[in-house]
Amino acid sequence: MSDTHEHSVSFVRTESIAERDPPYAASGPVKWMRDNLFATPANSVLTLVSLYFIYLILTATLPWILNGLWNTSSLAECRQVLDGAVGACFSVLTERWNQLLFGFQYPNELYWRPTLALVLFFVAAAPVLFFDLPRKLLIFTALYPFIAYYLIWGGALAVPFVALGGCIAGGFIYQRFVAGSFALGFFGGVVAALVFWYVGGMLIPENANGTAMMTAVPSRDLGGFMLNMMLGVTCVSLSIPLGIALALGRQSSMPLIKWICVVFIEFIRGVPLITLLFVASVMLAYFFPPESQVDLFLRVVIMITMFSAAYIAEVIRGGLAALPKGQYEAADSLGLDYPQAMRLIILPQALKISIPGIVNVAVGLFKDTTLVSVISMFDLVGMIRGPILASTEWNGVYWELLGFAALLFFVVCYGISQYSQWLERRLATDHR
Amino acid sequence: MTVMTDPPRGSFRLSMLINDTRYRSMTFQAIALLMLIIAIAYLANNLLTNLAAQGLNIAYDFLGDPAGYDINQRLVEYNSQSSHARASLVGILNTLLVAFLACITATFFGVIAGVLRLSNNWLVARLMSFYVEIFRNIPVLIWIIIIFTIMTAVMPAPRAFRGDEPDATMLLGAFAFTNRGVYIPAPIWGPGSIVVVLTFLASVVGVIAYRRYATNLLYATGKLLPTGWPSLAIFFLPTILMFFIMGRPISLDYPELGGFNFRGGIQIGAPLIALWFALSIYTGAFIAENVRAGIQAVSKGQTEAASALGLRPNRVMNLVVLPQALRVIIPPLISQYLNITKNSSLAIAVGYADITATLGGITLNQTGRAIECVLLLMLFYLTISLSISAVMNVYNKSVALKER
Repeated sequence: MSDTHEHSVSFVRTESIAERDPPYAASGPVKWMRDNLFATPANSVLTLVSLYFIYLILTATLPWILNGLWNTSSLAECRQVLDGAVGACFSVLTERWNQLLFGFQYPNELYWRPTLALVLFFVAAAPVLFFDLPRKLLIFTALYPFIAYYLIWGGALAVPFVALGGCIAGGFIYQRFVAGSFALGFFGGVVAALVFWYVGGMLIPENANGTAMMTAVPSRDLGGFMLNMMLGVTCVSLSIPLGIALALGRQSSMPLIKWICVVFIEFIRGVPLITLLFVASVMLAYFFPPESQVDLFLRVVIMITMFSAAYIAEVIRGGLAALPKGQYEAADSLGLDYPQAMRLIILPQALKISIPGIVNVAVGLFKDTTLVSVISMFDLVGMIRGPILASTEWNGVYWELLGFAALLFFVVCYGISQYSQWLERRLATDHR
Repeated sequence: MTVMTDPPRGSFRLSMLINDTRYRSMTFQAIALLMLIIAIAYLANNLLTNLAAQGLNIAYDFLGDPAGYDINQRLVEYNSQSSHARASLVGILNTLLVAFLACITATFFGVIAGVLRLSNNWLVARLMSFYVEIFRNIPVLIWIIIIFTIMTAVMPAPRAFRGDEPDATMLLGAFAFTNRGVYIPAPIWGPGSIVVVLTFLASVVGVIAYRRYATNLLYATGKLLPTGWPSLAIFFLPTILMFFIMGRPISLDYPELGGFNFRGGIQIGAPLIALWFALSIYTGAFIAENVRAGIQAVSKGQTEAASALGLRPNRVMNLVVLPQALRVIIPPLISQYLNITKNSSLAIAVGYADITATLGGITLNQTGRAIECVLLLMLFYLTISLSISAVMNVYNKSVALKER
């Protein structure tokens, strides 16, 4: 080694210098704003317009909401307290809370019954919505319709028991014979249930409702958001099996069955729900036997169920068509007959594909239950437009009431659609 | 050695109706037909019994009787002495009017919101998702009522426009927003205006012809003619020239305050505005989702391939992305139009005189002819729905991917 460099200064840095922060505008919130809010001049203009728009909305609504009064007894009193200042009169919600939820005719002392039915509804719906819960809970789900009926309508305990007994009898016959032939089991079950109901119905004494433990509440006394929930839940759950049957019928190779289903579906989908509700309110009664008194609630349930069944059938038909043909052929080559192939191979896959569509229909249907206010049933919208806005205390309280109704529907519908997205992710079995 | 023999070809046995697949479908269809006939007979029997019990019959001659009620919003001549059939016609035209207007504006809102939802601008994209979620998750009936309330409870009464320092003023001196509706100027067609209108129609044809000529020239020779400015010029100039040549035959009749109300101009009633606007923004939210899905359905490779071929960005959009996106967008768009038409029946909630409110509402209540009215009502909506789906099927066939 020479010592040439002995006195020269080392120019290679021996220690690394500390890292410097990136330039101010290339990181953090400033960069984010540059990229996402002010990328181009046009974008900046859009951002400013949006900000101004948000500012307008907030300045209009925030003082109104924050200044809101919750405990006055009438609109006049609200105005007196506010004394010209901007503010909402939310007291209408607190004062008419029960009417908004249960309608104005449901007996006050019985409010606990629908409330309990709602709580139990969540328990009953849980195992259907979330597969991880123990399957035994489904027994409660199966019993729930009868419990809910008894809680909401009250009356003779024998009615839900006979209904339940018929279902059990039908289910028993079905289980007994389904191994031999699906058709035999299915129709045998239906006949058994009908016979049981007919015989059981004759055994219930005439004045059973009068002496019942739970006070009977007639259907016309139901109202408020409870009515929307009841119509939505009942009609959606009834229309799914009907929709499956219609979808399978539409795909059938038997021309007569196919045409019955096509005509039914296209007819229902071609007319607005309002005309079907007109049918329920003014026309359907003509088609029942003269002495029967079918109440309006049941007639509306029939028509809305038919309405949503047609839409659900179309959704499921899409699911059936989306399955690869190989699935049908595989089921055939395994030697399965039609009911077996459908139950074990085709429908489980087709229904899985159809879930988002079915949820869409369910949300749409739930929103459409507000239409019953047009045929003078007092659901949430009917209550607001009828008894509440017409009363002398609250004449003129539009925004608080309509805003409340909108909020209620938004929470439920948005919740359902979020659940559907979660379910879609959960059920996705493709590897992406 | 065993001898293979055909199974004995037994004669037809009754059990084959269930067990033999050749006959089984026949059996099922026969049973279904029988049940259908029984059900129809049962319902018809009930219907006839009930009608006879109430002394009613099914007849449509009530349509010729005088209706006896007034309709404010009407497109054809009508007074309270006109027949129920005439009232229904007014209703049909009103339904078609509001459906047509709402389809146009809903498409406008939907396309803008759908495109903006894909914007790079974070705030705008969020705002648009907010719009879509809010409107899709709240019943359209509530929106109709909200906007109707804005129109009737918030807008000033006509007398607010009175005086030297009025509480409300007309927009541009021509549009008055009152709680009785919106007043807009009405055109007055003077003598010679027909020439102006014809010129305008001719110039529209001219624009189309010019664009077609430019395309043909491009394909034949490769020469690219400008289309933007010439189209605008052909569209506007002849009409404006003719307007002044004919001595300005078309003038506007402005609404003016007279007495307790506005006179002149065209009155668009509050119910029509509420229904139109609510249906537009509600359906617009759904259309926005369709538009977004359509644009996202075009794979990025298509844009990149087009750029690689040397197309400019606007040509990439016009020639590559839009035609493919439209294939996805148009079928759901048309079914949204169908939904608008069906949802326009909610007019009855705000008192707009559409077919549901006239035939299914007042006429039904006055004559008590429930079955006839509801059947006619259904027939009308069915006709519209089925014709729109027929158009859609033709379109779907024409744009379907041509596969092997």
